[in-house]
Amino acid sequence: MKRRDFLAASVAALFVPRVALAQARYRRLLVVVEMKGGNDGLNTVVPYADDAYYELRPRLALARDTVLQLDARTGLHPALEPLMPLWQAGELAVVQGVGYPDPNLSHFRSIEIWDTASRSDQYLASGWLARAFDADPAPPGFAADGVAVGSLDMGPLAGATRAIVLNDPDQFLRQARLVRPPEGRSANPALEHILRVEADIAQAARRLSADVPLRTAFPEGAFGKAVRTAAQLAANRGGVAAIKLSLDGFDTHQDQPARQQRLLAELAAGLAALKNALVEIGRWDSTLLITYTEFGRRPRENASQGTDHGTANAQFVVGGRVRGGLYGAAPDFGALVGGNLPFAVDFRSLYGTALDRWWGVDAARVLGQRFPTLELLRA
Amino acid sequence: MGAADARHLLERTGFGASDGEVRATARLSHAEAVDRMLAAARGEARTPVPPEALKWTDPRELRAMSPDERKAFQQDLRLRSIALKGWWVDEMVTTDSPLTERMTLFWHNHFTSSLQKVRSPALMYRQNVLLRKYALGNFGELLHAVSKDPAMLLYLDSARNRSGHPNENFAREVMELYTLGEGHYTERDVKEAARAYTGWSIDPADGAYRWRPFLHDRGEKTVLGESGDFDGDQVLDILLAQPATAEFVTAKLWREFVSPQPDAREVGRIAAEFRNSGYQIKVALRALLLSDAFWSKANRGVLVKSPVDLVVGTVRRFGIEYADPLPLVFVLRNLGQDLFSPPNVGGWPGGDDWITSQTLLARKQFLERVFRVDEGRMTPAAMDRAMERVPEEGKPYARRMLKAALQIHYRPHDGRSVQQVRALVLDPAYQLK
Repeated sequence: MKRRDFLAASVAALFVPRVALAQARYRRLLVVVEMKGGNDGLNTVVPYADDAYYELRPRLALARDTVLQLDARTGLHPALEPLMPLWQAGELAVVQGVGYPDPNLSHFRSIEIWDTASRSDQYLASGWLARAFDADPAPPGFAADGVAVGSLDMGPLAGATRAIVLNDPDQFLRQARLVRPPEGRSANPALEHILRVEADIAQAARRLSADVPLRTAFPEGAFGKAVRTAAQLAANRGGVAAIKLSLDGFDTHQDQPARQQRLLAELAAGLAALKNALVEIGRWDSTLLITYTEFGRRPRENASQGTDHGTANAQFVVGGRVRGGLYGAAPDFGALVGGNLPFAVDFRSLYGTALDRWWGVDAARVLGQRFPTLELLRA
Repeated sequence: MGAADARHLLERTGFGASDGEVRATARLSHAEAVDRMLAAARGEARTPVPPEALKWTDPRELRAMSPDERKAFQQDLRLRSIALKGWWVDEMVTTDSPLTERMTLFWHNHFTSSLQKVRSPALMYRQNVLLRKYALGNFGELLHAVSKDPAMLLYLDSARNRSGHPNENFAREVMELYTLGEGHYTERDVKEAARAYTGWSIDPADGAYRWRPFLHDRGEKTVLGESGDFDGDQVLDILLAQPATAEFVTAKLWREFVSPQPDAREVGRIAAEFRNSGYQIKVALRALLLSDAFWSKANRGVLVKSPVDLVVGTVRRFGIEYADPLPLVFVLRNLGQDLFSPPNVGGWPGGDDWITSQTLLARKQFLERVFRVDEGRMTPAAMDRAMERVPEEGKPYARRMLKAALQIHYRPHDGRSVQQVRALVLDPAYQLK
């Protein structure tokens, strides 16, 4: 190599990799699905061989012959049938016992802990995904770093520099016409913030295409619609690194069986449709999806056919590169603390796995410390 | 002071002043205007509250309901909640003392309680009456009263806090969010104080506060270095005696009225005046509103309008008439400020957090609708199509809302053209105050 070429290559190397790396990194999509209200994990991932489960839940326990058996001890709620093809394909990881030390049983505080990935006694201003994008920004050509679909709050994207909230790409693009791409900047921080949000809107509106035609059929209802939006975002040329979806109504203090049945069916149908759509657009192998919820519910049922706020919980991880199977620890009803389950896997281990192993973002920088990652991804 | 200063004062202390109000205030000096405003502040609302919002249901009755009865009750609860929210919107739009409503809202966002948890419009109304009564009164009296307010007792679980089974929720939040601020107390203070607050309770028959001595922990407690057989009121007095409390509240008032970044020296000066006055809220407000910082050109337009500022302010500023507050209630919710339902105990974070891509677009859409050029009449077929998209729980009032929404419309009455005003309100600067 001539010296001149070598120099040119070195200089180029100084500039290219960061952007190239970001391109490669965020070509992998992360979808997080919030189950608002605190899903009852014990009737989602059911320890159907454990007598203690039936003793604690004489009215709510799911009978052994109704659960979808994953192994000799663990089964899924029958409403999750649409997820079974994923399980059989080895693309569904079930992580049991996810929680954190000194658990908080307030909806508000606990979801804040999950959204910001803080300790129980620590208050952080920004969401964990926002901090990931601070550490390693997505490429400038992306439509947005992250999109929160179908809820007012940004959750883990709160405080992100280029994140938008939208319910429906068509509506977003229609409304976005009311915004002109701002010219210039302002020394007034409040005005500067508004101009920046206007710029985010304008950027997303420019890069997003409206109705991306998909053959996949999506379920009726708000979650099915949100999943459709997520698939359209994934299909967009503009690029989006993270998507947040949410499904509300899991706070089942009373009349749990019918409500949870309906919600889990909605979730499962939505996720199955999302897989079909992602396969259709060739993005299934470049998508990782994680569920989360502020807390699990009390192992002992209450007097109103429901369950009260609890602690550790089961979460799902799905995607074309997921190594399916059971992770974490099955519930140990002999070890309850104040009537609640101790945790086995810190929720920040799940986040750390997504950051380190999926995106190659330094998880310790984002989470403040290093948590053991889970071996639930294929190379 | 002139029109520019008058507009600044009225925007910050009220909701969107009309031209007449601006002219009247412009003739006064800063001190005259502030003193008049403080002297004229009301302590109660003038809008009659809808009777359905006052209905109390004994929780024992609720527990005995069949699933169908419960469903009907929930539906009724939603309607009563909306009636209550509409009542407050009406009061904010029509009051002759906007500062009172602004301060009531400020305390609602400070001493938070939410319909989501309290689940009783009647108790939220009673709390609102209390917040308004003390809105410009005495902070110490307000703290004592609101701590035993039934909605608060439910919201922060004090009603479940009993000797031998302490619930620390209120004990923690009252120090962290209502008085001292984080870093001025220890976990041990929280635990000990929680024991002092035992015995506060609610009478299920009428939802009123009741003292239940047999639930009160009579042992010795040590809070912030002081020891004794304290009850809740005595611990609240210990919190009020801390200089941190006056500083914490003054800094929050600063962020509400002056700028996002409090000036530490000025806050110290005003907090000392506030505390020395025995916590007269008017003393703190007067000092803030007559501070150099309040009038400084550098602090004009540096606050983001809250959804209430934007919606109520627009309605007042442009004299927009409406028959039904329902659409405004829903707009506020879509913009992120669902009255009587702050997102969590910390209240609405406010400031820049008001503005996300979704809420900014929703703000612009609201303004665009109010200032549309055509009257936007809806055909029955279009109405039916719109109704199809309404979720099941919204159907009972969706038609009413669609109709009412069409009526909220700016009609120029002073020679302005709609297009001109529309361009002005859609400018980013209109989001600021």
